Amino acid sequence: MTVEEVYQYLCELLGEDRILGLEAGARDPFVIVAPESIAVVADVLKNDSRLSFDHLCDLCGVDWRAVPERKVACQEPRVEVVYQLYSFTHRHRLTVKAKLPRWRDETEKTLPEIPTVSGVWAIADWHEREAYDLVGIRFIGHPDLRRILCAEDWVGHPLRKDYEFPLEYHGIRGR
Amino acid sequence: MPLELVDYQDAELDHPDKDYLWTLNFGPQHPATHTTLRLILTLDGETVIKAVPHIGYLHSGFEKLGEYLDYNQYVTIVDRMNYLSPLANEISWHHAVEKLLGIELTPRGKYLRTMLAELMRLQDHLLNVGTCALDLGGFTAFLYFFYQRERIYELVEYASGQRFHTSYTRVGGFLFDVNDDWLQKVREFANDFPRVHDEVNRMLTRNKIFIDRVKGVGVLTKEEAINRGATGPVARASGLLRDLRKEEPYLAYPELDFKVVAATEGDCYARYLVRMGEMLESIKIIKQCLDKFPGGPINVNSTEKAVLPAKPAVYRSIEGLIQHFEVIMPNRQFDGPKEELYAATESPNGELGYYIVSDGGFKAYRARTRPPSFLHFSLFPHIVKGAQLSDVVAILGSINIIAAELDR
Repeated sequence: MTVEEVYQYLCELLGEDRILGLEAGARDPFVIVAPESIAVVADVLKNDSRLSFDHLCDLCGVDWRAVPERKVACQEPRVEVVYQLYSFTHRHRLTVKAKLPRWRDETEKTLPEIPTVSGVWAIADWHEREAYDLVGIRFIGHPDLRRILCAEDWVGHPLRKDYEFPLEYHGIRGR
Repeated sequence: MPLELVDYQDAELDHPDKDYLWTLNFGPQHPATHTTLRLILTLDGETVIKAVPHIGYLHSGFEKLGEYLDYNQYVTIVDRMNYLSPLANEISWHHAVEKLLGIELTPRGKYLRTMLAELMRLQDHLLNVGTCALDLGGFTAFLYFFYQRERIYELVEYASGQRFHTSYTRVGGFLFDVNDDWLQKVREFANDFPRVHDEVNRMLTRNKIFIDRVKGVGVLTKEEAINRGATGPVARASGLLRDLRKEEPYLAYPELDFKVVAATEGDCYARYLVRMGEMLESIKIIKQCLDKFPGGPINVNSTEKAVLPAKPAVYRSIEGLIQHFEVIMPNRQFDGPKEELYAATESPNGELGYYIVSDGGFKAYRARTRPPSFLHFSLFPHIVKGAQLSDVVAILGSINIIAAELDR
């Protein structure tokens, strides 16, 4: 199935309020999904016999924010979770995206939240831990959401664009 | 008689009447881990009940660096991910970049990259099979294979000037072209290698001691392999037929004739056999590349933006110098596309993918790596359950964990 067909099929199954749109003009066309229903969508994507995306190739977070040294200013600050899917049964690919606010409130203290898909694809377990650690996305319902690459008492999420490298860590000089 | 394996819950493990269970800290500095990774094993006698991996000892923020270095500079960093086969990472990175920028390589460039990718596959499998045997007490196979690795290093050094971290590829091609003498040397290697392969094959494949240590150990079923995201030799040893060289052909692979090696058992022995088989297929590919090796330029036309001009042109002509300046200087540089793209190649270890987000600049806005080691290590605790303590090393060796790639 092509991405357009998958999109049409998903819309029929789940409705427009869960499947928000299709970016058909991009080099890699992708489907945009409402973040709060990602777990439901993932379940359909994996278990529906016409789709059966049984392999999650990659899951990552991308932080979008206006960065001064960049030529092009980012219009809409957000955090994206990107899922790359592949089906061993039908040999087709799909990219799914969920857009989240950068922070849950104005004070920029609480991380954005999205339901976990680790119950659907077991592989998502470590991917989500990494996205939590580096990009700062909280996956609700994840069995063991701890930092994975950074130390457990590390402050901040390094792949956030406004991350500042600590001056000092346990007596070790940074910067 | 092996004990019946009980799937303990975490809370049960702490129960006072489970005090015969003991905890073993495996790593981070242990010769059999090869690199810095740490396992906390809960053991019942010698049976592994639970394994908790701790990673991150080599985390050095490669993905963050990828946001600050341009497409040509970042190749020096991706090199250092899977350091058993550095060029495979470079080829994979520039494969993604070229797909993003819409650059099509010249035929000669494609064939050279294919050949180097296969040499790297050999290099990775040679070390992996060698150390797998070494960990299980077979020192000879390791030495035989390490000498062959040395020969590949020499070939790589001849081509790129560096043995290890070559940084040889560039956007749209290579730093230098190779000459006929190099091709001759590769041919000599390709003709001679099957002899050594056969020697090790005779030494290990039907060796009772080796088979006893690896057969039926660390079994990964096909369903688990799909669900837990195994790729590459690990997946193919479980009967999961997927090879990106066949499925999404890139470089010169569609023009070459080779087979995908697979097995169905999913144990350490199957993974060993798949790697041994793949080595011979790689030699087949290299020989075909040598026979078909086209002439012509190695790099795409340097009037293409983002492509560095050849060094002689930079030193000897003003046009070349200006072009070089335009590509290199941060205040000049080209406008990239506003696209995001995931592209993967079949690295020796499995699917090595890069997800590049470009915001229209000459650097990646986000350079995400999908490292095969990371995902293979995440399935490790599941296949090690119920194994003996001495099997941990065999399983760890057979899934080929490279900590630099694991932690990035």
